[in-house]
Amino acid sequence: MPEHFLSPGHTACAGCGQSLAARLVIDAAGPNTIIVNNTGCLEVFSTAYPDTAWEVPFIHSLFENSAAVASGVEAALRQNGKLSEVRVITQAGDGGTADIGLQALSGMWERGHDILSICYDNEAYMNTGIQRSGLTPTYTSTTTSPSSKTSTGNPRPKKNVVEIAVAHGIPYVATASAGFPLDLQKKVKKALAIRGPKFLHVHVPCPLGWRHEPEQTYQIARLAVETGLFPLIEFENGKLSGRYLIAKPKPVEEYLKPQGRFRHIFKPGAEAALKEIQAIANRNIERYGLVKTAV
Amino acid sequence: MRIKITAEPGSARNNKTGSWRVERRPKFLQKNCIACRLCVLVCPEGIVSGKEKNDFKTDYLYCKGCGLCAAVCPKKDIEMVPEEMERKK
Amino acid sequence: MKDFIEGSEAVARAVCLCKPGVISAYPITPQTHIVEGLAQMVADGRLKSQFVNVESEHSAASVVLGAVAAGERVFTASSSQGLILMSEVIFNIAGMRMPVVLACVNRSLSAPINIWNDLQDSITLRDSGWVQLYAENNQEATDLIFQAYRLAEDSRALIPVMVCLDGYVLSHGFEVVDIPEEDKVAQFLPPFNPAEKLDTAHPKSFGLLAGPDYYLEIRHDLHQAVKGALTLIPEITADFKRIFGRDSGGLVESYRLEDAEMAIVSAGSVCGTIKDTVDALRAEGKKVGLLRIITYRPFPEEAILQALAKVPMVAILDKAVSLGATGPIYADLKAAFQGKPAKKISGYIAGLGGRDITPGTIREIFKQLAGPEVSNQFVGLKSSF
Repeated sequence: MPEHFLSPGHTACAGCGQSLAARLVIDAAGPNTIIVNNTGCLEVFSTAYPDTAWEVPFIHSLFENSAAVASGVEAALRQNGKLSEVRVITQAGDGGTADIGLQALSGMWERGHDILSICYDNEAYMNTGIQRSGLTPTYTSTTTSPSSKTSTGNPRPKKNVVEIAVAHGIPYVATASAGFPLDLQKKVKKALAIRGPKFLHVHVPCPLGWRHEPEQTYQIARLAVETGLFPLIEFENGKLSGRYLIAKPKPVEEYLKPQGRFRHIFKPGAEAALKEIQAIANRNIERYGLVKTAV
Repeated sequence: MRIKITAEPGSARNNKTGSWRVERRPKFLQKNCIACRLCVLVCPEGIVSGKEKNDFKTDYLYCKGCGLCAAVCPKKDIEMVPEEMERKK
Repeated sequence: MKDFIEGSEAVARAVCLCKPGVISAYPITPQTHIVEGLAQMVADGRLKSQFVNVESEHSAASVVLGAVAAGERVFTASSSQGLILMSEVIFNIAGMRMPVVLACVNRSLSAPINIWNDLQDSITLRDSGWVQLYAENNQEATDLIFQAYRLAEDSRALIPVMVCLDGYVLSHGFEVVDIPEEDKVAQFLPPFNPAEKLDTAHPKSFGLLAGPDYYLEIRHDLHQAVKGALTLIPEITADFKRIFGRDSGGLVESYRLEDAEMAIVSAGSVCGTIKDTVDALRAEGKKVGLLRIITYRPFPEEAILQALAKVPMVAILDKAVSLGATGPIYADLKAAFQGKPAKKISGYIAGLGGRDITPGTIREIFKQLAGPEVSNQFVGLKSSF
């Protein structure tokens, strides 16, 4: 039995948040897991012919269909009676989850397959070169929503794919973060113990795309949560059942400043953008009750 | 002839990513370690190992020198040192 | 056992006898009756299978890809827009060497939207690495299903197979069809037992990224495997005849070509009309014949060259067109005859969007074949609506 189920030798960037999260996920899931992966950084850096870093059965098909391929794997396991022992996990990035992959995911959720879907959210299409996705936050500079003299980056809000998942009536939906590794593993184990569709939305910094140093990955992931910009929440059977309580919310500047993709917000004239990002954080805190209120 | 288009588990180990390191490497001081295992948890390559206090180390054949282990160590017991210095030693 | 049934029902019964473990499809006219028939069989308990009702054809093909990779025999069906929507997955399935069987109920492509029969949908995917078999009648459509699984799952092949039957003409037409007994099917088709699959006992990775150093060889291997069906198909049809007692399927069918001066080459149900017209013309003393293409991919070049070697004038009747060029079968055939002793080869396009091809149309083609050689002549164009 190998020590980790994602072996070293993969070609993820040094300090890649997604490779960290993916290893934590499969280590928590264990050997009785089949991984179905969409096209993206994860499959590219882990399965370059003729090698693979995966120690569990793994299949990659296309960009948008891991939820459908996984539905087929799950149906096959149901047919040959192995579904009681083997777990099926799909993995996708922003695009494969919230954009190009949303249809297949929605269909899979609606049909109620016993599958855990994981979104590794690095807030842009990183594999193809840092282009804007439906999960790119407002004011982020990406290659297809670049900041300029006349633009402050992506004008649109981050799609709330967590609540889209909840609206499908699936038993378990949660967010997690590369900055909270034990929490992530706990949620993976919890999800896999539940029958039916589960969704785990994991926030993973990308040193290349977010333009920060590799060794800051963990700290930046934590800051996203500590500012309220990325809430750590759980929904069970449609109800908000758990949250990570922030003792004292950090101002969004602390999270944004180390990242080159937000550099333009700190130039004179962009103050409104900074205010709006703080307002987003405040709205999250209120909506999900992220701060302990005095009794 | 049928060419194999699948891959065997963990065969990526053939690729020694330690060759990526050109600037710095983590030095495990093994002095004040409290065996919190945070370094083991955060290594994206999964190559930090250890059991007891002051017993933790990494695998330089694969270490990319990202610095996450050093950044998270609560006791500052891991230092990023210049790669060349270590090789000279 | 013989029964007077709709083509779709015959295909569904054939699939049922092959016992796929997972079926997934998205409805599109005129494929719907096949999948509805199978859904009823599953609901009635006649077929123990997982029937996955997906939200699009792209997902239907993806579901069967996942299921066959996990070791279950699978089935899907589509037509027209649905087939083209899943085309990305179609190429992916072949490249991953997954033995999927798909029934394509041939229908034209939008735009304009048209639900009637021509061969444009499946023929457009001739580059995909799938074996393509074209049925002339409902009996053959039924029989090709068994042959498709036998071929796809053969360890020397491991390539997907598309069984094509003309929309409405065959799918909704009622004919007497002999549905084989279960034990005979079991003799012909062994259980599905892939050497490699998604299995926690032997964890492998499928669908790797292959760079310029590897891709060419892998695709060459697939190309050889598809061509290999040219050897396997005659083996399979011989065994089919031995067990079920009839000729069905194959690479090509020669009809009255021995002393033919003129021949039409085509595929699908229109060949039934052509055979009738050939018989009538023969009775009038005309030396005409038909070469029916049953296996279009791999392209049975040798069989075609042999069958038409002595025929001086050949007309290809394509029910599809590579817009801006010629009919697809014409292009393949003309290329095959390059450098061979000269003959007249003319390309005709007819029957698009369900435009009826009558014995009159066939007679017209033979008449035009006597004239100048053409490459992309549309037949039956109206001068005004």
